[in-house]
Amino acid sequence: MSKLGLIVKREYNAKVRNKSFIVMTILAPFLMVGMGLLIFYLSKANDSDVKKIAFVDEAKLLDNDSFKDTELVKYINLSNLGTEAAKKEVDTKKYYGLLTIPKQDSLELLAKDIHFYSKKSPNMMMVESLEKKLEHVIRNHKLQRLGIDVNKIKLAKINANIKLSNFSGETTSKMINGFKIALGSFAGYMIMMFIIIFGNSVMRSVIEEKTSRIIEVIISSIKPFQLMMGKIIGNALAGLTQFAIWAVLIAILSMVVSLVFGVSFTEMQSAKVSPEQMEMAKEMMGSAKMQTMINEVMQLPLLSMTMYFILYFLGGYLLYSSLYAAIGAAVDSETDTQQFMMPVIMPLMLGVYVGFASVMNDPHGPVAVIFSMIPLTSPIVMLMRIPFGVPPIQIAISLVLLIASFLFIVWMAAKIYRVGILMYGKKTTYKELFKWLKY
Amino acid sequence: MSNLLVTEKVTKKFGDFTALNEVSITVPEHAIYGLLGPNGAGKTTLIRIINQITMPDTGLVLLDGHQLQPDDIQYIGYLPEERGLYKNMKVGEQAIYLAMLKGMTKTDARASLKYWFEKFGIESWWSKKIQELSKGQAQKIQFIITVMHKPKLLIFDEVFSGLDPINANLIRDEILELRNNGTTIIFSTHRMESVEELCDHIALLNHSNKILEGNLIDIKREFKTNTFEVGLHTSDKNQLENVIKERFNVSKANFKSLEDDLKLNIQLADKDTSSELIQFLSAKAQVNHFVEVVPDASEIFIQAVKKNSK
Repeated sequence: MSKLGLIVKREYNAKVRNKSFIVMTILAPFLMVGMGLLIFYLSKANDSDVKKIAFVDEAKLLDNDSFKDTELVKYINLSNLGTEAAKKEVDTKKYYGLLTIPKQDSLELLAKDIHFYSKKSPNMMMVESLEKKLEHVIRNHKLQRLGIDVNKIKLAKINANIKLSNFSGETTSKMINGFKIALGSFAGYMIMMFIIIFGNSVMRSVIEEKTSRIIEVIISSIKPFQLMMGKIIGNALAGLTQFAIWAVLIAILSMVVSLVFGVSFTEMQSAKVSPEQMEMAKEMMGSAKMQTMINEVMQLPLLSMTMYFILYFLGGYLLYSSLYAAIGAAVDSETDTQQFMMPVIMPLMLGVYVGFASVMNDPHGPVAVIFSMIPLTSPIVMLMRIPFGVPPIQIAISLVLLIASFLFIVWMAAKIYRVGILMYGKKTTYKELFKWLKY
Repeated sequence: MSNLLVTEKVTKKFGDFTALNEVSITVPEHAIYGLLGPNGAGKTTLIRIINQITMPDTGLVLLDGHQLQPDDIQYIGYLPEERGLYKNMKVGEQAIYLAMLKGMTKTDARASLKYWFEKFGIESWWSKKIQELSKGQAQKIQFIITVMHKPKLLIFDEVFSGLDPINANLIRDEILELRNNGTTIIFSTHRMESVEELCDHIALLNHSNKILEGNLIDIKREFKTNTFEVGLHTSDKNQLENVIKERFNVSKANFKSLEDDLKLNIQLADKDTSSELIQFLSAKAQVNHFVEVVPDASEIFIQAVKKNSK
């Protein structure tokens, strides 16, 4: 076996035999599924409280259709009591709140004079939905006063639905864009998490060799560069093993959970989605649109997307983990790493934020394009952009930049590593790191 | 006797600081070679260059007559001053891993490790972790790991520091046995007296320069001052001292003795011999103590530094 292979094997074994690694690997999926279940039940429990809302309509604005009871909200008409008595009634019967509509001739003034009284500060979502309902009612009254037939307006209502196509003639739906965003964000986020977790573990492994003073024994047998690469590869393999186990365990667990508890996972995820959105989604699912979407997913360049994912994943991980290795070599203990961590974490965070903020808005806007070129952010931002179709030339430039800077940073990190692992007891400064590059 | 290791004008700079300045040493085969000098003289840098941990800026390192190559690390065993092992790895697994990094096959490594474990009677440690062993026990393992791939050249940097007398003796005996079996050994230390008796050859380093090198006996001969340490029993010490002072160069000596003697260092002129001195002394007093003053390594070092700075 080659020496690099030996090191990779040792690093891998050291990592996967570590007790906390084993515990995390097994426990995390249970925690994740358990959390999902918990959130699902909590949100159910939260909503199962029926809210009773009383209203006093002195303006005689509302008709029977204005406020319809739903599963979650019941409306009680206290108009005959008058405002003051209604307040007392709401207080004694512990209703959620009281809506008062005063008598006003001008609809404009009336619209500004509606009150909602409640003991606790009210749920904003609910207030907004009340506002919407009232706006609707008041607009209808206004239309009547202006002599416009409400029914005709209703008849004139048109729902525009823009169909999206690209120039090669394939139609796309809006849903697929959401799917693309989800796919890209998931890939970018995964890469960031992986880099942070396993870059850190590379760093810890370097520090461990320094503090246990075995480092000089080892590098009298192998080149520091080999040792560094062995660590980076070994930790990556351990990480991939963990992710694979997680994926399998989560799949099995969620199947078990849905069988035992009768909760399907789609339901769990949509627990927070409002009923209207659910309706829309169901409509979609049932209709031919669903078919289009499946077709579109199939039409996504899944093969090349996977390939790019692997390329950017490797590039990004190698780039950052060699930085982590260099940091580990430059310090004596983990507590000293803080001053060097900022410049490493910052671009990662920036990548994710830029990704979420700008790629979703405009996947081909200047900000998204620039950050998908900069090597420190490109693995995350470019992966978020790729599902939307990126010109090959941009991918090529971004990959070339990534590989070039990967080679440069590995070279630089190896130099710092080579000098740093033999330095003890001194607090390293940036100035010194720069000097080491010249040794 | 051929030379196993030769460095030719090796220079190494770290930034503006010169760690080694054209250092040339010659290590003969089957010898114990002492690389001596105070802290910061450049010993560890030179050793790291021999181990190919750092590369020299200029100069050559030859092993067995050819220029040092990456593959040569399998012929070298190195016990650094800053040493340690993986704390939570099992002893046996760890030793085999490190031996394989030196180029041994797994089978050979296992056999060699077994041999050493039996020799030290520590077979039961095989599947213990280093953190379960005491410091002295870990040092033994460290020593085994250094020698188990049967290197031609062994390099020990401050080998006896941190060892208790029992372990130090054990390691010393093993090192001598290895030397007798044909291994060449380099000791590097700033505590010169600790290895002096073991060394056949020495080199002295000071401020990045080699100031002296050669066979230890030859060097001692060169640096001896024809001085004898004597203890004389007499009734009138002052009178005797004055008599001796008239003829020889005399200074006070300091050594432990059972009698209340007059203790002197007497330096002879080049023409005088020791037998003349004994005759001279025994005519005047009872000679209880008579030893030639042989300079030890640290005295030689101090003198060599003085000589070099002139």
